[in-house]
Amino acid sequence: MVEVHLWSGLRSLTGGHHVVEVEAKTTGELLVALVQAHPQLQAPIDAGVSIAINGRVIATGLTEPIPEGSEIYLMQRLRGG
Amino acid sequence: MALDDRKSDFTFVGTRPNRPDGLDKVTGRAKFGADISAPGMLHGAVLRSPHAHARIVKIDASKAEAHKDVKAIVTRADFADVPFRPGLEGEFYNVLENVMAGEKALYDGHAVAAVAATSALAARDALKLIEVEYEVLPHVTDVDKAMTPDAPVIREGAADYSVPEGMHPNVVRYHESGHGDVEAGFADADLVIEDSFVTEATHQGYIEPHACLGMLGNDGKGELWCTTQGHWIAQKTCAALLGIETSQLRVTASEIGGGFGGKTTVFIEPVALALSRKANRPVKVVMTRSEVFRATGPTSSASMDVKIGMKKDGTISAAQGVFRLQGGAFPGAPGDMTAMCAFAPYNLNNVKQIGYDVMSNRPKQAAYRAPGAPMGAFAVESVIDELCNKLGLDPVDVRLKNAAHEGTKASYGPTYERIGLVETLEAAKAHPHYAAPLKPGQGRGISCGFWFNHGGETSVSLALSEDGSAQLMVGTPDIGGSRASMALMAAEVLGIAYENIRVTVADTATLGYNDVSHGSRVTYASGLATIKAAKHAVEKLCERAAAKWGIPVDAVKWENGCAVPSGPNAGDFDPMPLADITADMGSTGGPISGHFEATPEGAGVSFGTHIVDAEVDPETGKTSVTRYTVIQDAGKAIHPTYVEGQFQGGAAQGIGWALNEEYVYGEDGRLQNSIFLDYRIPVASDLPMIDTVIVEVPNPGHPFGVRGVGETGIVPPLAAIANAVSNAAGVRMKQLPMSPPRILAALKDNG
Amino acid sequence: MSKLHVSTTVNGDAVEYLCDPRETLLDCLRDKLNLTGAKEGCGTGDCGACSVTVDGRLVCSCLMLGVEAEGKQIETVEGIADGDVLHPLQQKMIEYAALQCGICTPGILVAAKSLLEKNPNPTEEETRYWLAGNLCRCTGYDKIIRAVMDTAAELREAS
Repeated sequence: MVEVHLWSGLRSLTGGHHVVEVEAKTTGELLVALVQAHPQLQAPIDAGVSIAINGRVIATGLTEPIPEGSEIYLMQRLRGG
Repeated sequence: MALDDRKSDFTFVGTRPNRPDGLDKVTGRAKFGADISAPGMLHGAVLRSPHAHARIVKIDASKAEAHKDVKAIVTRADFADVPFRPGLEGEFYNVLENVMAGEKALYDGHAVAAVAATSALAARDALKLIEVEYEVLPHVTDVDKAMTPDAPVIREGAADYSVPEGMHPNVVRYHESGHGDVEAGFADADLVIEDSFVTEATHQGYIEPHACLGMLGNDGKGELWCTTQGHWIAQKTCAALLGIETSQLRVTASEIGGGFGGKTTVFIEPVALALSRKANRPVKVVMTRSEVFRATGPTSSASMDVKIGMKKDGTISAAQGVFRLQGGAFPGAPGDMTAMCAFAPYNLNNVKQIGYDVMSNRPKQAAYRAPGAPMGAFAVESVIDELCNKLGLDPVDVRLKNAAHEGTKASYGPTYERIGLVETLEAAKAHPHYAAPLKPGQGRGISCGFWFNHGGETSVSLALSEDGSAQLMVGTPDIGGSRASMALMAAEVLGIAYENIRVTVADTATLGYNDVSHGSRVTYASGLATIKAAKHAVEKLCERAAAKWGIPVDAVKWENGCAVPSGPNAGDFDPMPLADITADMGSTGGPISGHFEATPEGAGVSFGTHIVDAEVDPETGKTSVTRYTVIQDAGKAIHPTYVEGQFQGGAAQGIGWALNEEYVYGEDGRLQNSIFLDYRIPVASDLPMIDTVIVEVPNPGHPFGVRGVGETGIVPPLAAIANAVSNAAGVRMKQLPMSPPRILAALKDNG
Repeated sequence: MSKLHVSTTVNGDAVEYLCDPRETLLDCLRDKLNLTGAKEGCGTGDCGACSVTVDGRLVCSCLMLGVEAEGKQIETVEGIADGDVLHPLQQKMIEYAALQCGICTPGILVAAKSLLEKNPNPTEEETRYWLAGNLCRCTGYDKIIRAVMDTAAELREAS
């Protein structure tokens, strides 16, 4: 199991939780598991998210491995100029 | 991505050779967007709304159609039928609405029709013959007014999931993040300062207006030449808007005359293609400067409230910010980025940030260099400066005391990897500039700044020639000397001379997908891709050498441009240079190339610290920047001169944003300063030399340690200059730009 | 509207073109003579990307009509190098990395050459004021000013 930290704006979609525990070995599995746990998270995920694994921001990849015990943050998709 | 092979001793990287495209650019032969023509070419021109908000009742183009030189006219009806086309939603829909107005014109300058004629003059003449009947609607151009209950609604239903109930429909996205308990933190503080700040919209100000040449047949096959930061996004967007298949449109990026984020989307490109399809001839469209200002993306304007609590020893006990960003008539203002970046330089136990994306009757905002970050830094770093002044603390010491470092929980959530903020602050403290005496009337300001940096989808292909030279194809337009950096990195891996590598920005038919040149990603991501592609080629070179020597491939390694036996047991062979292997590659297995196609993850965040001295003339309110020093972590500077150039360019743009530049709208909702005379960007006589210090704290996410450098440099200037000006004038400046009338007004208010 | 015939000299070459009386010299250089080195950044004489010299005088070619070129001597960026030998200003611009995107470079070169012909020993301030009519959005001008002043020093030594 990994703990996924959400940004506080998402708490209204998860019944007030800002940490969601899911079973996932990759970034792709993590997103699927998040929606299974809280279906309303589909909207922000569709709008674009990045996943920070131990501080490194994974922008798009669904195959990045998630080591056991990693620190995981869901973040809004980053844009640049 | 595993980074097993970090490198720290370099032969080519870190040197300063001449750029490969230098000759073309100093002789006038480099081809920019408007420098191309085609046989049978027509010239296009775009008719734009004079109203800030109006329903388009009727467009009568019959007189223009009757003009002998006019060959095609397009309106919204000539683009893909949006509601029924799957995939054409979200941002594509917004871009289509922006490229050609549908039911309503949403801002002064919004495109409503376009013509193609046999000459540019004839096309402009023909525009005057198109009659548009408008029903003028109430408009709003100010972010705070756009959020009030009686503000006109720009578009119903544009808000996404994130917006709390009860907000005005013009509020389309909402972001909230942070950690700890800010109220407890404020209670713990010895001094709390809360203040409000405003920044105006500024334009990227690239000197080259948008320009393109499009050809599209009724067989759905097309060609597009355009000035862009990303020709794959242009390809994908144009194809969607015109209802053709992406792969049938080949897009070639011209040399690009500046972008800074503003050329990451399309404006006239789909229009040129639609005109071409109708006329069955190539169509060139070039914007005027006024069109660039009125209709292409400026940055967002911002209205912000920041509250910070500090202990007597300088420790920040709590920080909170609300950032309202106006992004024009479409969703997309980076309020979320502003919020996430605002407090990122600091190690905070209690922090909360809220960002709003608000629509108004202004042009669709586009990214501008670290989009969203400079405004937040302006507000936050101004309050920190005020706290330092009131508590009698040194501003660099206070920032050092609170600085984020490896292991700090970032204000936006995760824990930082190795970062270089502390190193930039220590360099600032040690820099002679920081200790230099100030003259009467001068003030000094410092600020830190943060930007995320980006990786992005990247394809690179490297092919070796028989004579041992290499051609490298990248997909990221060279906007500031990146060909030189790419060649240096390829030379480093291959071990051949920099001059023997030709770097080409490939077109969309020649290479796989590439994300835009944005997010400070080129040297990081295309660089990483170049290194990987070159290593891929080296693997094959080693295989050929092994076959020639008759030893296993794992007994061969690559050193200084040669295959060599990996150890004494591998066999006794002289080093085999690259050119010896490529010379007969046709008969030893065929062409040798290397590739990389992936999304590099691990761009590595970046920090900078700026020191500014400013002098304010109390009679006129004019500010002069008398000394400027940029200190920034580049991870590893591949070509240090171009890294310095990015630092200096970011500072100069920040000076313009802080002191002069602003979009000025009249009561009628029309932009009042759409030429360079009235929208004044810094000129040579406005600026001092800009000193630079390159700090190198390697990014663990790149084989050579690179961090992007393009954007971070514009984050600190607004605040650093505002702090310098405030300290010089003796009054806190809370609104940008700090133009002479605003400074005089502030001095007067202060008595 | 009928077109007018113009005979002029560009970079030493005698040339002719037909132009609409409303077309600028910049339009004529770019569209009729295929000399696309001069750029249109603003069309209002504010950015200097279209800088050329006319009978030795520095002008914005977007502010001059094509018909006004009749009988004049025009010099553009394409005429700065001597055959395959770059002018020292061109060489220094490359060496100093005094260009990033390069769109302002032709105008800067024409203007800087004009400066050095009038004043072989300009101060930093004089250089900055002379080039104040040439906008650069990439560099912050630092490396441009250094390149021009170093060229001036080199040319003084050589003469």
